[in-house]
Amino acid sequence: MNNHDSHITSYALNFKVLLVLLILTTITILVIKLHLGAFTVAMALTLASVKTAIVLTYFMHLKFENLILRLMVGGVFLLFAIIIVITFIDYYFR
Amino acid sequence: MSTTNHTAHSEYIDSDTGKMGMWLFLFTELFLFGGLFIVYAVMRSKYGEDFHHAATELNAFIGATNTVVLLVSSMTVAMSLTAIQKNQTGLAMGLIFITLLLAGVFMMNKYFEYGHKFELHLYPGSEVMHNLPHGEIMFFGLYFLMTGLHLFHVLVGGILLTIILLKIKSGKINQEHFLLHENGALYWHLVDLIWIFLFPLLYLIT
Amino acid sequence: MNNQTTTTPLNFLNHQTGLWSWLTSTDHKRIGLLYMYSIVTFFLVAAVLGLLMKIEKSAPGETIMTAQTYNALFTLHGIIMIFIVVIPGLAAVFGNIFLPIMIGAKDVAFPKLNLFSFYLFLTGAGLGLYSQFANGHSPDTGWTFYVPYSAEASSNVVIALTAAFTLGFASILTGLNFIVTIHTMRAPGMSWFRMPLFPWSLYATAWIQLLATPVVGITLLMVIAERTLHVGFFDPKLGGDPVLYQHLFWIYSHPAVYVMILPAMGVVTEIFPTFSQKPVFGYVPIALSSLAIALVGYFVWGHHMFTSGMSYESRWFFSLLTFLVAIPSAIKVFNWLSTMYGGSVDLQPPLLYAISFIFLFTIGGFTGLTLGSVATDIQVHNTDFVVAHFHYIIFGGMGFGFFAGIHYWFPKIYGKLYSIRWANIGWGILFTGFNLLYFPMFIMGIQGMPRRYFDYDPKFQLGQTISTIGAIILFTGLITMISNLIYHAYKGATAPANPWHGVTLEWQIPSPPPHENFDEIPVITRGPYVFDNPHTTK
Repeated sequence: MNNHDSHITSYALNFKVLLVLLILTTITILVIKLHLGAFTVAMALTLASVKTAIVLTYFMHLKFENLILRLMVGGVFLLFAIIIVITFIDYYFR
Repeated sequence: MSTTNHTAHSEYIDSDTGKMGMWLFLFTELFLFGGLFIVYAVMRSKYGEDFHHAATELNAFIGATNTVVLLVSSMTVAMSLTAIQKNQTGLAMGLIFITLLLAGVFMMNKYFEYGHKFELHLYPGSEVMHNLPHGEIMFFGLYFLMTGLHLFHVLVGGILLTIILLKIKSGKINQEHFLLHENGALYWHLVDLIWIFLFPLLYLIT
Repeated sequence: MNNQTTTTPLNFLNHQTGLWSWLTSTDHKRIGLLYMYSIVTFFLVAAVLGLLMKIEKSAPGETIMTAQTYNALFTLHGIIMIFIVVIPGLAAVFGNIFLPIMIGAKDVAFPKLNLFSFYLFLTGAGLGLYSQFANGHSPDTGWTFYVPYSAEASSNVVIALTAAFTLGFASILTGLNFIVTIHTMRAPGMSWFRMPLFPWSLYATAWIQLLATPVVGITLLMVIAERTLHVGFFDPKLGGDPVLYQHLFWIYSHPAVYVMILPAMGVVTEIFPTFSQKPVFGYVPIALSSLAIALVGYFVWGHHMFTSGMSYESRWFFSLLTFLVAIPSAIKVFNWLSTMYGGSVDLQPPLLYAISFIFLFTIGGFTGLTLGSVATDIQVHNTDFVVAHFHYIIFGGMGFGFFAGIHYWFPKIYGKLYSIRWANIGWGILFTGFNLLYFPMFIMGIQGMPRRYFDYDPKFQLGQTISTIGAIILFTGLITMISNLIYHAYKGATAPANPWHGVTLEWQIPSPPPHENFDEIPVITRGPYVFDNPHTTK
C-alpha cells in the first residue's frame, strides 16, 4: 500500500500558515504587555488555541484527513476541556 | 471504511492504519502534558501572585525566540513532506536538515536558560529555592518539569527526524512510501503545539 | 507444545515449535497466551498473599505476621491484582486471541507493537516484584500511593511507581493497537453494527486505556519528582495539594475500573446468546451502552474522594454522575436476562460462570450505589464494606468474566475438551467460597471494621472467621478449576471446531485456529448473532 491518494500541501500555503502563526505570536506578546487584567490569561489561551487549531488543520493536514480522524481529534480536546472544568468544580467552590 | 489491506505482515504498513496509530499516540502525549496543565491550572489559581512574581525571573526574550524557532521548524518539516511527495528528494533532505538545525538552536537556548537558573541556584531541591514562598517553589517545579519533559520530546523528535533523513537518503522513504516521514512530521508538530501553550503560560504571566 | 500426530493439521500452537518461536512470535494468539500464562501466574501469587492476609485475620491480634508485613502484603496484593492481573487481564488475553478472529482479520494492526507491549508488561511486572525485594522495605502505601505518605515513606515507592508507569504504557499500546485494528481491519461487509459485542466492549475499553492511562503516568512521574527532587506538588508542607494527587490518580484509576469490567461484560455477552441459541436481546443498546459506560465513567472519579475534603458542589456533582453510570450497566443486565428468556438454555460451565457474573456484579453494583451517595459513603468509607464492594465488582465481575471466557473458549484455543463435571464442581466450590469470604465483610464494614488493619476488635471474631474459612474454600475452588483446565489441555479429548454451536466467526474456523486464522478473509453478509437451527425462537 502506498500514499498515492495523500493530499499535497503547497510550499506557498505552508509559508502563509507560518506567517499567520508568527503574527498571532506577536499579538500574544503585545496583549500581555498591555496588561488587560483578568482578560490577559483568557486572551493568551484563546490565541494559543487558535494557533493550535491552525497547526492541526494545515501543518498536520487534518483538513485533508477523513471525518473519523477529525472527530477523534475534536473529541479528545473536548474531553480534556471537560476534565479541567470538572476538576475546577472542586477548586472553584472550595 | 478501509478493508483493502489484510496482510499484516507486508513490508509497508497501510498508510491510513499507520497514521491513525500515530494520531492515537499523540492523544496519549496530549494527556500526559494535560495532567501537568491541570496541576498548573490548580496551582496558579491558588498562588496567582507568586506565579506572577516567579515568572518575571524567566527570560521572555529567549522564550519568544524559541517560539519562533519551533514555528519555523514546524514549517520546514511540513515543507519537507511536500518535497518528498513531489519527489524532490534533495530538497526534502535539506529541509529536514534545517529542521534539525533549528532543533539544535532550541536546545542551545534551553541550555543557556537552564544554566542561568542554576547559577542563581533556582533548581528543585536547592537551598535558595527552599526559602522562596510556596507558590514560587511550585512555579519553578512546574517550569522545570514541563519544559524538561518538552525538551525530552524535542530530543526524541530530533532522533526521529535524523532516522527519517537517513531513510530518505537510502531511498527507503520515497514518493511512494513516506508513512514514517508523515508520522515523524506529526510528532514534530506536536512538540510545537505543546510549546505554543507553554510559552504564554510560563513566560508571559502577568 | 502439543503432541503433533500426522493427522492433526498445522495450527498456531504447533506450526512452529520451541520456546524461542513463542517468545518472538508476533501472532496475536500466541501473544495472548503468553499474557495468559504470565497473568495467571501472578494471579496465583497474589491470591496466596490474599489468603495469608485472611489467615492473619482468623483471630484477633498478631497470628502469623507483623503489622508491617501485613501492610506490605496488602500493597503487593493490590499492585499485582490491579496493575498486572485485572487491568490488562481480559483485553490482553482474550482481546488479543479473539479480537482479530471475531472481526475477520489475520492479526492486529501492529503485530510487532503488540509483542513489544507484552515485553513492556513483563518489564513492569518484574519491576513490581523487584520493588518488594530490593534493599529497603517493600512498599507499604497501598496500591493507591496516596501522598503525602507515598512521598515520605522510606520504602521502595519509586520502583513500585516506575513499575506502575511501565505497566500503564503497555496498556496504552494495547489499546492503541485495538482501536486501529477495529477501525481498519474489519472483514469486508462487517459494518460497525455487524461487529460482535465483545469487540465492541474492547473498543470502548481501548479508548479508556488510551486516554486515561497517560494521566496516571504523569502523576506517578510527579510523585517520583517529589521524592527525588522535593518539588512538593502534592506535599502540603511545601504548599502542595494532596487532594490534587487524588484527583489525578482517580482521573485514571476510576476509568480503569471500566477497563476491568467492560471486557468482562463483553465476554458474557458472547456467552448468553450461544448457550440460549438465541440472538442477543437488544444488540444496539448493548453496543452503545459500552461506549456510554466508558464516557460517563470518565467523569465520576471524584466519588472516591467524598471524605477527602472536596467542595460540597463537586461531591454533589460526582454523586449524580455516579448514579448515571448505573443506567447503562443495568441496561446490559436486563439485556442478558432477556437473551436467556425463551431460549433453549444449556447450562454448561461457561453459562454457569456468566450467570454468577450477573449475580455477583449486581451485588457489587448495588453496594456501589451505597458508596456513590455522599451520605452513606461517609459512614462506610475506608471500611471493609468498600473492600467487599470492589471485590464483588472486580473479582466477581472481571474474575468470573475471565473464568467464563476461559471455559467458553478453551476448546477453541487448545482444541481439547475439559471435564464438564469437574468444571461444575470447581465452580460450586469457588462460588460458595467467594460469598463466604466477601459477604461478611459488608456486614462488618457497616459495623465499623476499618480496611487495611491487621488486627480487629474481638466483636468481629465471628465474621472474620467465616471470612477466613471462605478464603480457604475459595482457594480450593481455584485450584480445582485450574487443575481441570491444565490437565485437559494436555490429556483432554479432541474438541470439534464448534462444540457450543456458536455463530460468531471464531467458531467457523478449526480448533485450534490456524496460524493466520483464515485461509480466505470471510465476507460478512449479516449480523453476528443469527442462529439457523430449527429450535431458535425469535
